[in-house]
Amino acid sequence: MAGVSDGSSFKMPSIKFTKLFINGQFVHSLSGKEFETIDPRTGDVITKISEATKEDIDEAVKAARVAFNSGPWPRMPGAERARIMTKWAELIEENVEEIAALDAIDAGKLYHFLKGGEIPGTARTIRYYAGAADKIHGEVLKPGRELFAYTLMEPIGVVGLIIPWNFPSTMFVTKVAPALAAGCTVVLKPAEQTPLSSLFYAHLAKQAGIPDGVLNVVPGFGSIAGAAITSHMDIDKVSFTGSTDVGREVMRAAANSNLKPVSLELGGKSPIIIFDDADVDQAAQLALLGILFNKGEICVAGSRVFVQEGIYDEFEKKVVEKAKAWVVGDPFNPKVHQGPQVSKKQFEKILSYIEHGKREGATLLTGGKRVGDKGYYIEPTIFSNVKEDMLIVQDEIFGPVMVLKKFKTIEEAIKSANNTKYGLAAGIVTKSLDIANTVSRSIRAGIVWINCYFAFGDDIPYGGYKMSGFGRDCGLDSLYKFLQVKSVVTPIHNSPWL
Amino acid sequence: MASSMRISRLLSRSVLPASTTSFFSRGGSGVLGTRLNKFSTAAAIEEPIKPPVKVEHTQLLIDGKFVDAASGKTFPTLDPRTGNVISRVAEGDHEDVDRAVAAARKAFDHGPWPKMTAYERQRILLRAADLFEKHNDELAALESWDNGKPYEQSAQIEIPMLVRLFRYYAGWADKIHGLTVQADGPYHVQTLHEPIGVAGQIIPWNFPLVMFAWKVGPALACGNTIVLKTAEQTPLSALYAAKLLQEAGLPPGVLNVISGFGPTAGAAIASHMDVDKLAFTGSTDTGKVVLELAARSNLKPVTLELGGKSPFIVCEDADVDEAVELAHFALFFNQGQCCCAGSRTFVHEHVYDEFIEKAKARALRRAVGDPFKGGIEQGPQIDSEQFEKILKYIRSGVESGATLETGGDRFGNSGFYIQPTVFSDVKDDMLIAKEEIFGPVQSILKFKDLDEVIKRANNTHYGLAAGVFTKNINTANTLTRALRVGTVWVNSFDTFDAAIPFGGYKMSGHGREKGEYSLKNYLQVKAVVTSLKNPAWL
Repeated sequence: MAGVSDGSSFKMPSIKFTKLFINGQFVHSLSGKEFETIDPRTGDVITKISEATKEDIDEAVKAARVAFNSGPWPRMPGAERARIMTKWAELIEENVEEIAALDAIDAGKLYHFLKGGEIPGTARTIRYYAGAADKIHGEVLKPGRELFAYTLMEPIGVVGLIIPWNFPSTMFVTKVAPALAAGCTVVLKPAEQTPLSSLFYAHLAKQAGIPDGVLNVVPGFGSIAGAAITSHMDIDKVSFTGSTDVGREVMRAAANSNLKPVSLELGGKSPIIIFDDADVDQAAQLALLGILFNKGEICVAGSRVFVQEGIYDEFEKKVVEKAKAWVVGDPFNPKVHQGPQVSKKQFEKILSYIEHGKREGATLLTGGKRVGDKGYYIEPTIFSNVKEDMLIVQDEIFGPVMVLKKFKTIEEAIKSANNTKYGLAAGIVTKSLDIANTVSRSIRAGIVWINCYFAFGDDIPYGGYKMSGFGRDCGLDSLYKFLQVKSVVTPIHNSPWL
Repeated sequence: MASSMRISRLLSRSVLPASTTSFFSRGGSGVLGTRLNKFSTAAAIEEPIKPPVKVEHTQLLIDGKFVDAASGKTFPTLDPRTGNVISRVAEGDHEDVDRAVAAARKAFDHGPWPKMTAYERQRILLRAADLFEKHNDELAALESWDNGKPYEQSAQIEIPMLVRLFRYYAGWADKIHGLTVQADGPYHVQTLHEPIGVAGQIIPWNFPLVMFAWKVGPALACGNTIVLKTAEQTPLSALYAAKLLQEAGLPPGVLNVISGFGPTAGAAIASHMDVDKLAFTGSTDTGKVVLELAARSNLKPVTLELGGKSPFIVCEDADVDEAVELAHFALFFNQGQCCCAGSRTFVHEHVYDEFIEKAKARALRRAVGDPFKGGIEQGPQIDSEQFEKILKYIRSGVESGATLETGGDRFGNSGFYIQPTVFSDVKDDMLIAKEEIFGPVQSILKFKDLDEVIKRANNTHYGLAAGVFTKNINTANTLTRALRVGTVWVNSFDTFDAAIPFGGYKMSGHGREKGEYSLKNYLQVKAVVTSLKNPAWL
């Protein structure tokens, strides 16, 4: 792996939006408090951001409530919501570079990936849900007697959305677009590490014509602003993406307040299972990307790699070679594969897991150290000779740390893969149709990728089994999260058919 | 902004009471009523207004290029205001259809269209919608010039609806879902929804671009390629719209447009061995021919949207003024040239006399005249053939003993204008109560009770639509379920949103257009069954 490359030639745009976005206006927090958002390349402060506390959340919820109860948004035809959302998508496309820069500097993500992939993808996601806004169908039912019954799919109301820092843009639209398409109004809290792009999207939403109060963005901390959202008595639904521990708090707060339904997209320790018939080189590439993409800061990271014994040695050699060639450095440098971890806290946590792995007796094949002496860069790290009860096999590390394990039979692989409290994703690499089918039905996870990984799509739902959460993001399933089902029943008389 | 708000309001309910108040029912208000009276009482039609558009495309569109007919033949398309020639148009025949089908086949089998991502197809359809919107007024002018419908109706309702339909179908492109299906044993079963192939589409002259959108929108969203034949009366607007689709990025050969006649070009499409699917909108008689040609050739599946004799039922509890206005609209809209026109107005005996009086007064107020003039509600009929046919039906109504309340003759002395005509005392067995007139002739029938009106309303070989006017929930539910028709409008009529399916029972046709249902017309379902070894669950 190479050392830290210089990306200083990149000219950062000035930061335009640092306040809370409530009821269509950028406003200071009521307390006047601010917090710092940090450049993970250096640990330096990028700018200060208004910090939402409970009072600000109350204001945002009030605005969202008025917008829902008496504003035009849920009352306009879905086609009209779609037009405004489409306009929003176009505005994002006009501002791709600026938004990409915001996420790169705030989250340490690769600028060129953001510019070419993630940010244009947000426009695509918005168009997908815009196209669904006029296709929300209830059903006419088949009652067992002389009744006429049908279902109305109604927007659920004011929704609280809490998103993480690893994909500030993708998570923003993945939550906001279906909520808006459904006719809901939104109070969104971005992660305190990455508030910048959310505020920019809010600004563009207003330009596109999304009415005031429909989308409110309130940067702040989980324990304060986040808790105020999850325990709010006037929020009708919360959708959260983050860690399993915090997910538990979110659900508890919902239960203790107004029993709002919650959807949770939480942690994972997803297996990639590679069988003897796989092309070893391709499999090694896939597995490496599965753990190193976005610095391993992705809930569906393929962090446990199971390789069948026939190709294990060759695989191990190749994956280590590839890891050594992986370039870590400034995310604005187009030659770089991996930027810094998002924060000092994450950086230290990952290094402590690595130390723990060594102490537990796993073999460190490569990596294991920080890169450079500034910022939060970590070497791509691979452990082998792991046991299933080791912490590095059981816990979500959320960093560039792969654990590698050998297996003999399909049954053994399935058992090992399912031996986790998580169930978010899985990868299978095989040419065999039978293996692919058997394993994909046996893994207890919300998405299974066969001979691919991270193959996301707007129309493809994903979400967790077990302690990886419940509810689905993406696809029409995600739209339904933001809809209430109302059955309407009335007697009929002398109907010619039933 | 104001105009886009207005359009969206029009769109949200399409062509129905809410928007009607601003657009169709001006007769109700005193000031406007007087103004409109001025037009309707003017006997002579003034010098026709020059349409604000140039005719640029008159050739066939085959494989992305505008070309002459193989025969070199052309035919005139006429201005129904005068009967004069607007332009000569290339006349497609068998050979041209063969060329178009070959282009569509190539585009389907080897072209990028079915292979590109649904998102890319969506973007092209969205771009096309933007272009239609940009050229709203030119498209509207072509439409009204060729068809005779009021320009305001084209510009404020129909072209915006074309735009709306394309955006609607763009949104479907990336949401076409097959199923995974349970089996009785260890099998993994999926259904793939695949584009059906080359679709032949034949559209009528009464709503040229709206019909274009109903046909082309779902076919393209599903990834098919198309050979479309327009009606010989109205070839102009579809050629322009098709050109805009090319500009939006539709690959060559994906949409081919053939102008021409039914017995030649239409028959060539319907009987073509390499057309995989046929969709036709038109008369029931032609629908039979089309279905037979499909059966005799390659058994291509056929969607038919045919004629109607739709009942409009005014119950005794109805608000008579509203019912009169809506019944008037249901019949006279688009010069009465709607397949779903409410052409049998059943009125409960308790409100019958009042209804007749008001329906007559409303018809008298209807503003007839040059469709390019502001405030005009009714232009000329499409052509001399329809014009003569309608006058013949009016004579038949009089001869069979119905009471002619108003109208009954041509309007003015040139072009194909007909006076808004109202018959009362119409009996079920009269020709005007049984056959589709397709003109501005309202037939009003009296009824006593629900069972009777259900029986009479269903006593037709058509089953396209019905209107029900009542405040009573039980009456509404009973009628809704008892009427054998594809659409029931309750206290509304002609509400044509993109998402609402439309089609016929009985001899009004097969299949549904618009809405999610319309996608079925253009998809094949392939079941894929794979045996499973040791599945974890079934």
